Amino acid sequence: MARLRLFGPAREAAGIAEAQLPGRCVGDVVAAAVARFGPDFSQILKVSRIWVNGDDAEPGALVNDNDEIAVIPPVSGG
Amino acid sequence: MTLPPLAPPQTGDWIGVSDHALPVDEAWKWASLPHCGGLVTFCGLVRDHSEHRPGVTSLEYEAYIEQVVPRLSEVATQARAHWGELGRLVLLHRVGMLRVGDVAVVVTASTPHRDESFEAAKFCIDTLKHTVPIWKHETWEGGSDWSTCAHDASSFDAGDAPVARPARSS
Repeated sequence: MARLRLFGPAREAAGIAEAQLPGRCVGDVVAAAVARFGPDFSQILKVSRIWVNGDDAEPGALVNDNDEIAVIPPVSGG
Repeated sequence: MTLPPLAPPQTGDWIGVSDHALPVDEAWKWASLPHCGGLVTFCGLVRDHSEHRPGVTSLEYEAYIEQVVPRLSEVATQARAHWGELGRLVLLHRVGMLRVGDVAVVVTASTPHRDESFEAAKFCIDTLKHTVPIWKHETWEGGSDWSTCAHDASSFDAGDAPVARPARSS
């Protein structure tokens, strides 16, 4: 079970800031998130990046229990 | 969320994120060095309007807090790679609830000559807005929602290099 962190509009759409979700790779975990959090979250996901431990990650990247996956919608700091 | 107040480091760049008021005066005083004749401070303030949203009263900044300093540090590394004469560099961002006029971000750069301090400070603010995981939620007279002025969270790949430096005139 990887740890998924959600921020900004992704957090709001999911209604939760973090979750433990199953999956062997990034794509599996993201698919589990879509199934759990629904279409509003899915829309935000389309314009978001996925980071693993702070870096961009491809859907096929393998993950383990110690990895932190984050949904990063377009940023608006500054 | 409770974050410690910001204090300048013993060595290196002053990089931080806080939910306290940002120490603007302390930042520029810390950044002044005997060999640096140019010092630029940029402050990003909460404005009373945004696109199609008049009457903004407050902003709430949410952050992937553990990744803010690492990303700001990458901005500093990039700046130092391009402006080798940089003296001191300050990159601070505030999070939490802010009112109109509050300082949300501070960039201070000191260099021997003025052109480089302007260029480095502009590079830092422009780059951090595209790379640091922070999200702005606006409250205005018509409602509240996430900022529409958002950027794909780019990484530091080719293409993020600063614009070519103009020749110094003096």
